[in-house]
Amino acid sequence: MGKVWILAEQRDGVPAAIVFELATAARKLGYVVEAVSWGPGSAGTAPVLAQLGCTKLYDLGDIGSSLPGPKVAAAVSSMVGVEYRPDAIYIGATYDGRDIAARLSARLDLPVLTNIVGLEVVGDSLVTQHAIFGGSQLLRARLSGAIPGIFVIRSKSFAAEPLATDQEAAKLQVVAVEVPDTGASDAAKIVARHEEEQTGPTLNEAAVVVSGGRGLGSLENYALVAELAQLLHGAPGASRAIVAAGWVPYALQVGQTGKTVKPTVYIACGISGATQHMVGMKSAKNIIAINKDREAPIFSIADLGVVGDVTKVIPKLIEEIKARR
Amino acid sequence: MNVVVCVKQIPDPAVPGALELENHTLVREGKLIMDDSDSYGVEMGLQLVEAAGGGEVCLLSMAPNNETSGLRNALAIGASRAVLVSDPILAGSDALGTAKVLAAVVRRVAPDLVLAATESTDGYTGTTPVQVAELLGWPSVSFASHVEVVDGLLRVRRQTEAGYDEVTCPLPAVVTVLAGVVEPRYPSFKGIVAAKCKPVEELTVTDLGLDPAGIGFAGARQQVISVEAVEARQSGEIVVDEGEAHQRVISFLEQLKIL
Repeated sequence: MGKVWILAEQRDGVPAAIVFELATAARKLGYVVEAVSWGPGSAGTAPVLAQLGCTKLYDLGDIGSSLPGPKVAAAVSSMVGVEYRPDAIYIGATYDGRDIAARLSARLDLPVLTNIVGLEVVGDSLVTQHAIFGGSQLLRARLSGAIPGIFVIRSKSFAAEPLATDQEAAKLQVVAVEVPDTGASDAAKIVARHEEEQTGPTLNEAAVVVSGGRGLGSLENYALVAELAQLLHGAPGASRAIVAAGWVPYALQVGQTGKTVKPTVYIACGISGATQHMVGMKSAKNIIAINKDREAPIFSIADLGVVGDVTKVIPKLIEEIKARR
Repeated sequence: MNVVVCVKQIPDPAVPGALELENHTLVREGKLIMDDSDSYGVEMGLQLVEAAGGGEVCLLSMAPNNETSGLRNALAIGASRAVLVSDPILAGSDALGTAKVLAAVVRRVAPDLVLAATESTDGYTGTTPVQVAELLGWPSVSFASHVEVVDGLLRVRRQTEAGYDEVTCPLPAVVTVLAGVVEPRYPSFKGIVAAKCKPVEELTVTDLGLDPAGIGFAGARQQVISVEAVEARQSGEIVVDEGEAHQRVISFLEQLKIL
């Protein structure tokens, strides 16, 4: 049976949401799954990883103030080929994940495949599925002799399922891995971390996402989006256009460069529906779009489209919902 | 302060993309324009050179066919020169093959800083700049929203899942710039005229002393098996707001048990 390594990004011992998806994706194709983790508390991920069916945890430990890219790539590449050679290395499409994948590819002189949304085994080769042209087409690809495959996987592409309760958790062995010297490539250091205030559910987990775009007209009107999101116990989001305009922080951006969301309902307010944006929200179960322009591409994927001025429609929605409380 | 800005010349993104039938690479016919995502790196490069009080912005681009139309605007707004690696061998290059070519040019130009976008608009692999850094043995800071140089050290705000990190980094380094973080300037008439005389050095893969086996189709080591249209999401009901459309939204949310 083949083997897959997954990169387990974590915080204080809690694996990131994408790690659950990576582990499930590898396990369901019948691979032996081994994880690589780093940073303060990395060893604490062991019980969760065992529940996900991982049999080994390669623990890099604390990497200090370094950005993860150089150190994790150096450690993983030192592991490849010595004792084990996995068929593939699954990496989440996160900020750090993309750095690690890039450096790993250059170190191992192996191609990196990104924007993966599906995986299947055909014959004896692992086939990757990629959403292209904003998800309108699906491309299937296979590596020709480049093992391990370095795969960057988009979040929400796979379900996250722990082992069934009647299945015994894997016996997980923890292996400490020493990070090789990374020289000048590791000279970038984090001197301070800033976290934006978060109230209510996160974009990742919210059942309702209300996003605003350029059609709001001004920064002040974004407050309408935020209020509607709050009333619906949802999370506010944004298009790249208004993030770029400085109205809201990057953390709220939905789309190719931002977050991928899959809520029960996505309400797009004043968003025209650039490919960049649609890629991040088209998997929502239901889509409501409010936009002045009848020709806006967002209407082509909306279950309910309201052709109208968002600054008139949202206040009425807010009023109506409040009246029901 | 000498800055190399990597710029990609792409087909107009407003025109729907297509793939070549034979080898599934992006069709790059017609006039190419500079990827809009790269305009922020160009502007940031110009600002850093101005703040340093000297130096230049050199554009770096790669194309299979001598294409320079996408470089003119960046030269018109203040880049001093461009290096274009143009070679038929480059066709079909994957991200790592591209990074090998770009890294070879960076070694020749020997700048203090390399700027690039976080990803291109047409291919959006999003790994090439950091691959360049690794090939050079340089540090990199990706997803930058703010960059300044203080006492010869880069200070960068790097986007994170929850907010941003403040990162310091010695030079030389590679930085990838988020779209929209600076306001790209417009060219002046004088700038447009001057751009016509600015040097564009053209190099081939052989000039760079690279092994063609690692570049282009030969180096990509990836086979596209199939490309198919995804069943499109159907558009549903459309309501034109005449003052009461919010009621339809309310009943829709009720159906979904959100309200």
